[in-house]
Amino acid sequence: MFDDLRDLYQEVIFDHNRNPRNFRVIENADRRVEGFNPLCGDRLTLFLQMDGDRITDASFQGSGCAISTASVSLMTEIVKGKTEQEAEDLFKKFHEMTTGKDEQINLEAVGKLAVLAGVREYPARVKCATLAWHTLDAALKNEQKSISTE
Amino acid sequence: MTNFPVEKIRADFPILAEKIRNKPLVYLDNAATCQKPQAVIDSIVHLYSHDYANVHRGVHTLSVRSTDLFEGARTKVKDFINAGHEKEIIFVKGTTEAINLVAQSYGKANIKAGDEILITAMEHHSNIVPWQILCQQTGAVLKVAPINLHGELIYDEFEKLLSDKTRLVSVVHMSNALGTINPVKIIIAAAHAKDIPVMLDGAQAIPHMTVDVQDLDCDFYAFSGHKLYAPSGIGVLYGKQALLEAMPPYQGGGDMIRKVTFAETEYNVLPYKFEAGTPAIADVVSLGAAIDYLNAIGMDKIAAYEAELLDYATEKAMQIKGLRIIGEAEHKGAILSFVLDKIHPHDIGTMLDSLGIAVRAGHHCAMPVMDFFKVPATARASFAMYNTKEEIDVLMNGIKSLIEVFG
Repeated sequence: MFDDLRDLYQEVIFDHNRNPRNFRVIENADRRVEGFNPLCGDRLTLFLQMDGDRITDASFQGSGCAISTASVSLMTEIVKGKTEQEAEDLFKKFHEMTTGKDEQINLEAVGKLAVLAGVREYPARVKCATLAWHTLDAALKNEQKSISTE
Repeated sequence: MTNFPVEKIRADFPILAEKIRNKPLVYLDNAATCQKPQAVIDSIVHLYSHDYANVHRGVHTLSVRSTDLFEGARTKVKDFINAGHEKEIIFVKGTTEAINLVAQSYGKANIKAGDEILITAMEHHSNIVPWQILCQQTGAVLKVAPINLHGELIYDEFEKLLSDKTRLVSVVHMSNALGTINPVKIIIAAAHAKDIPVMLDGAQAIPHMTVDVQDLDCDFYAFSGHKLYAPSGIGVLYGKQALLEAMPPYQGGGDMIRKVTFAETEYNVLPYKFEAGTPAIADVVSLGAAIDYLNAIGMDKIAAYEAELLDYATEKAMQIKGLRIIGEAEHKGAILSFVLDKIHPHDIGTMLDSLGIAVRAGHHCAMPVMDFFKVPATARASFAMYNTKEEIDVLMNGIKSLIEVFG
């Protein structure tokens, strides 16, 4: 019945929505930033544990739509072990994948985050996918304030 | 359904023949804005093709024609809400501007530090923020009457909040987020017993029921054209003549003056005192066309048909496991707000869209209502006179299917 939506709602997304990874609090986390999407009411808190400039642990709490939940869940998995620079590079590639021009897209460069490429066709849902990454960006820049997609 | 010519009405709305994502459009976002009948579309084209010039200015033929059509629409609005006189009909951009006008003109002139303005917990942001701004400017205090878990005003609490300090009550006639129809006649009578004027936000109520401002005895009534099958960017503020006469202008400019020198300005008479600048001429004229269209069908018939649609939708929705209706007031207009277990309203919105169904997903510009029901957002199906039971079936089947897909 929802054939048209297969590119947007891939099974991986349903899986991460049902069973979000790293859905926990890191006590005494080195970085803790809140992200908020006022349009949908999506709200998340991102926790990072750092060793120098390397992310050793990442987790989140909060509630949102399937796209935003899957996006933050996938993100916490993929950034673990990465340096700040590597994570920022990934953010840039992810951003290009969701909002950039076709020729900029390099699905291989983003690994399993490619399952979120489908939001490109749904402008109203792009913010759902990018909220996690904007929050990460704020955390890496050590901005201890809430960030909003608006 | 009882003799309601819905198929004939549907044929008058060209957009209802659109396909969305290769499916027939099922438009259930009428509380956000309504679609337009051919008669309204034609009236705009006709005006610009044959009768357009600026109003209230020239002596030339077109200006006279345009002015006659413009003022004719004012008379249609006056009759539609049974106001006493055309002077009481002020054309504004919409409900939001109407409320801001009252806040800044009536409010600033009559409300001072320590005074209270009373609203309810189910207001749209447009009936909250203008009063907050006024309170910041004057030192007045905004009071909020609570609602219960059905989404109804707790009337006893409202009455207790009507104090010696209350200078104005502003209440939504029908809630956009919940569908609740407030007992506005009782509210107005109680406020008037204490000499407190009452403003009604009629944005949602106006397309769904007969509104008679003299019978209600409200002091101000605001509504938007675009929810009444007319264009966006045009709306109406009704105000009792004596109140409007005493109020200072809201904006200065052309048309609202009688005589201007650099020393002083004499303001124009009602309603022009509040209509600075060239108005939305074509949109006003087409609001008149929308009213003609609705009058030909009959507002009471529309109300009865929509009540049947809401009953049918509510009954079907209650059969879906995991669906919770937000807003179960006894007196309700044709709005069905709901949430699903573990499925976010935005996912509901996207999934239904893929089936050609347009619903609203979000906070409906009523964040305090969302907070009260402890939900981040709801999905909302809102019905109009051109919707059918069959469309409600399509919606309900869509909801059932997406619940399955989410697992």
